Amino acid sequence: MIVFRYDKTFEGLLTAVFDAYFRKTFPERLLGADDIEPMFADENFAVITQPDKAARVWKSLEKKLSPGACNMLTYVWLSEEEGSDELLFQYIRKTVDSKRSIETNFADEVVLKVHKLAMKVSKERLRMIQFVRFQKAADDIFFAPIAPDHNCLPLVIDHFKDRFADQKWILYDTKRDYGFYYDLKTVTEMTLETSALFPEGKLDETLMAEDEKLFQQLWKTYFKSMTIKERINPKLHRQLLPKRYWKYLTEKQ
Amino acid sequence: MNEAILEKLKVLAESAKYDVSCASSGTTRKNIPGGIGNAEGWGICHSFTEDGRCVSLLKIMLTNYCIYDCAYCINRRSNDLPRATFSVSELVELTIEFYRRNYIEGLFLSSGVVRNPDYTMERLVRAIKDLRTVHRFNGYIHMKSIPGASEQLVHEAGLYADRLSVNVEIPTEQNLKLLAPEKDHASVYKPMSFIQQGVLESKEERRKFRSAPRFAPAGQSTQMIVGATDESDKQILYTSAALYQRPSMKRVYYSGFIPVNSYDNRLPALKQPPLVRENRLYQADWLMRFYEFKVDEIVDDRYPDLDLEIDPKLSWALRHPEVFPVDINKADYSLILRIPGIGVKSAKLIVMSRRYGKITGSALKKMGVVMKKAQYFITCNELLVHTVHEASPEYVRKVLTEKKLSKSKLIDQQQLSLIFD
Repeated sequence: MIVFRYDKTFEGLLTAVFDAYFRKTFPERLLGADDIEPMFADENFAVITQPDKAARVWKSLEKKLSPGACNMLTYVWLSEEEGSDELLFQYIRKTVDSKRSIETNFADEVVLKVHKLAMKVSKERLRMIQFVRFQKAADDIFFAPIAPDHNCLPLVIDHFKDRFADQKWILYDTKRDYGFYYDLKTVTEMTLETSALFPEGKLDETLMAEDEKLFQQLWKTYFKSMTIKERINPKLHRQLLPKRYWKYLTEKQ
Repeated sequence: MNEAILEKLKVLAESAKYDVSCASSGTTRKNIPGGIGNAEGWGICHSFTEDGRCVSLLKIMLTNYCIYDCAYCINRRSNDLPRATFSVSELVELTIEFYRRNYIEGLFLSSGVVRNPDYTMERLVRAIKDLRTVHRFNGYIHMKSIPGASEQLVHEAGLYADRLSVNVEIPTEQNLKLLAPEKDHASVYKPMSFIQQGVLESKEERRKFRSAPRFAPAGQSTQMIVGATDESDKQILYTSAALYQRPSMKRVYYSGFIPVNSYDNRLPALKQPPLVRENRLYQADWLMRFYEFKVDEIVDDRYPDLDLEIDPKLSWALRHPEVFPVDINKADYSLILRIPGIGVKSAKLIVMSRRYGKITGSALKKMGVVMKKAQYFITCNELLVHTVHEASPEYVRKVLTEKKLSKSKLIDQQQLSLIFD
């Protein structure tokens, strides 16, 4: 068994592809630097991430794949699911080896798996757009904590930047402990020094803007009055509004 | 803004909730400098109530006072319920503050009729005009057009709203007269054609001048109440099909009747709203809009009502076994769409993938085809057990409608039979 070790970055993965073709040996496993060695490893190659190699691989992919398919690869990477890097490696290898693009051959297992995983991330990206709730802080910054399964906050920045162009906001991933701050001009990545600002998903009341509590209450009242009692359907409710997001949903707090 | 608004919001939301429309799709609009918000063409649901309906827009009434006394409506004048009216500034602030917190996509404004249709319509138009021009609100606005309002006001509304709608409510005029003697179908269809006209004119104008104003860019929609009167599904679906003939008509909604005024004996006494029937009507609606079905293929004089046990597509397939089996690897897209168990998504995947080679049954399953249904209607590379011809439509129907027992119940049964056999 051939094992490649790399730094678990996207650039590193692309460098691994480059090195594999250069050495003409293809890994069966892709591991991080500290992962445990599998039992029957015959060869162990350490990939050293090099941006120029990665760029060359990406460029050749862009030539062969449609922009949609290239986006899909980014989505799969951001899924952070176990083995998604090995799946990407297989997909890229198939693309490089085939004369024409394989992207619409959904009868192929790897293509279908990549498609499905990308759809999963895309679905959660959509859920971020739906379910993020901003709370206005006393310093006029709108703050939204959220904990997505996949690392999909980078995918929604453009949406929120366009939509809320005239208000300062922070989107914060509490699971990965990083976020994005928009200051009316640009968006910058940031990490908070303390996560005690939002116990239970709610902004601490001393930090809230004056009318924030009222609007939260108004929204809760509205949400409750919209329900038609004769049609209650808890199963459908949970399916459309998964429980794992409730912590950060104002109307469910 | 203070606590008093809380009670108002509650009253006016309760009054508005029976309107089912909530779509926020059909308009794409970028943010403009100094403005608030944008509109995404595909629409966004921001929450879901406990009955599983989406909350996309702030669905609210400007007022729930009404001069009419329609039997099916919660806000009829003879009902003794709390009444309230929003001022324009209250409504605007509520919309914008909700929007800024990402609670909503925009506003769905409706109203009871006070004094006369034109007076009411004017107040609605003033509210959305304020929102758009003074507060530069760029989100989605859906406005109810009041039946009987003048053409001029409908035209003004179209300049600020993304979507306008007038509800048909009762599919036949005779039954409408029975439940709402003060209304007629002409007062509904007239504003509909005003909207249609406005949309077409604006399209024509914009072809000449790019800066010409848009008119209700997301078109119009309407709603019919199902189960309050004795119309057959055929009558309902023929009405929808006729409505969809207008290019500006984007959606017809079906609202299972909820007995809000149970004391009125012109209305049927229902224990539960007809949810299954409503669901089947939506499925039929989808067949017309996305599956290239014509209305007379779904319902006709021999089958005036939809089958409640099986979906309308399967029902059509069982009535037309001569069309099947369909060869997955050769048939046209439109024919593949007609196979029960295959939806738009999987039909597209199939057509794209078969250029690379033959598609097998297991690949179909992975693509998301419901093989339990589809197996009787297709041939692919392998030989399948039996098609609808060998098995007979009656048998297929029986197998597919059999109640599934849960695992624990199955085990219970086996154990019982062990004991008692």
